[in-house]
Amino acid sequence: MIDTQSKNSIIQIFHVYKKYGGKNALTDVTLDIPKNDSLLISGPSGAGKTTLLKLLYLDEKVSAGQILVDGMNLARISSKRIPFLRRKLGIIFQDYKLIPTKTVFDNVAIVLEAMGKQRRLIQKKVRSVLRTVGMEERIDSFPPILSGGEQQRVAVARAVVGDPIIILADEPTGSLDSDSANIIIELLKKFHTRGTTLVIATHDKELLNKIGGRIVHLKQGCVQPSA
Amino acid sequence: MILHYKRAIQDILDHKFLNAVTIITIAISILIVSAFALFFVNTSDIISSWQKDIRIMAYLRPDIPRADIGALKFKIQDFDAVKNVKFISKEEGLQMLKDQMKRQPSLFVDLKENPLPDAFEIRMIPTSQIQEKIEGLTTSLEALPEINDVEYAHKWLARFTNIFNLFKLTGFALGGLFSVAAVFIVANTIRLVLYTRREEVEIMRLVGAADSFIKAPFYIEGIIQGALGGTIGLAALFVTFLIVSSNVQQSFAPDLFTVRFLSIKVYGALIFCSTCVGWLGCYLSLKHFLKP
Ligand SMILES: Nc1ncnc2c1ncn2[C@@H]1O[C@H](COP(=O)(O)OP(=O)(O)O)[C@@H](O)[C@H]1O
Ligand SMILES: [Mg+2]
Repeated sequence: MIDTQSKNSIIQIFHVYKKYGGKNALTDVTLDIPKNDSLLISGPSGAGKTTLLKLLYLDEKVSAGQILVDGMNLARISSKRIPFLRRKLGIIFQDYKLIPTKTVFDNVAIVLEAMGKQRRLIQKKVRSVLRTVGMEERIDSFPPILSGGEQQRVAVARAVVGDPIIILADEPTGSLDSDSANIIIELLKKFHTRGTTLVIATHDKELLNKIGGRIVHLKQGCVQPSA
Repeated sequence: MILHYKRAIQDILDHKFLNAVTIITIAISILIVSAFALFFVNTSDIISSWQKDIRIMAYLRPDIPRADIGALKFKIQDFDAVKNVKFISKEEGLQMLKDQMKRQPSLFVDLKENPLPDAFEIRMIPTSQIQEKIEGLTTSLEALPEINDVEYAHKWLARFTNIFNLFKLTGFALGGLFSVAAVFIVANTIRLVLYTRREEVEIMRLVGAADSFIKAPFYIEGIIQGALGGTIGLAALFVTFLIVSSNVQQSFAPDLFTVRFLSIKVYGALIFCSTCVGWLGCYLSLKHFLKP
């Protein structure tokens, strides 16, 4: 059973298990993430960080346990409501997940189009977000010709363009050189100071130090007691 | 909405060959269905023009006394679908024959005795001039003991109508078959387009696009295929019609009937049907798609 929700929590994870086949990817994970928190999930590769994020945006379902995101019980949410959950979240995927056949502008605009926003508003908003991430000049480029750092900046732009209340970032600096990584870190910090809750999965020690916030260690699917 | 149209048109342009094949298949289906429809519209025109004024002649046995004629006439008058009955005595009959054959008076010179029987000329109520009623009436007439023989000009019409109906059935069956084939071809095209776009579709879902938003362009694509295919099919039929009809009309009984094209109503119905084919094909391929 779920305890009475603490007023400040935006994500609550209760005794969550996730099995792939017979193998546990997550074991009895319980986490409470307050509003406007910056939570860093660290741990070696294969620890279950990506899996945990996938559970939050319902790309995967829990094997046991419960998750609440902004008051929505993810176990009970109908498939029709899943898009509404995802619009609360700005997701930065480990592999960027940009559409290669669409321009930078269209890749970012798609979030607002799916929300049914007005054309003119979309134009304005997308341009402004791309300016923030410093990609305004590449607005008509296609993702495959961009560098990794540039692609990641477009991915950040897409994650924040819909004004999400939570940003989920999976290895946001994973394959970037340190200059590009610093740009991304600064951007994430900026959105955090604007009031967005951050949940970042990473195995990058440098990122942990630079971005600041609470750190949760995952190891073989278990939350490690904080040292 | 404009957005969905744009995406649909982009999809069609990205898969020109596939879409061309689909649209041509729909066009051929519609061409076949509408060619049959056109044939039926014109044939039933001809049939109804032939049926318009059916005159049934009932010839009396020679031994019926004139005194019985009045009663018999009333009896026939009471039959179903009879508009009026006119008695034509054998003298009148001969006179009419002579009038019709004025140019050959020699034919009648040697005639010593009137060879014609007395007769009733029966006309039917126009709305009742359908095959069953005509046959029903002639059977009733033949059953009368006073009547020797019944004749009407369009006995062969019955057989023709039967063949016509058989043809109609074939037309429907063939049209149905092609429509089903067209539905599956549309479904397949959409499936292929969907397959090439699966990565994009998956990403759209992850960033919060609803299924209806993702599906809309595909529906528009299917509907465009259907409507375009239908229009092309009917345009092809119309061109063929213009070429054929000018020849047929001149060489084949020009004053008996006029050949006409399908009415706007039928035209609209066919376009509607082909659009439905496009929609249905799309529905089928999207039905099992996007299940989480
Ligand atoms: N779709 C999947 N099917 C089977 N096993 C999976 C799947 N996704 C992840 N795993 C397994 O779950 C464990 C955790 O993976 P993941 O969450 O990707 O770790 P991390 O992101 O911390 O590197 C790994 O052992 C991985 O092999
Ligand atoms: Mg991972």
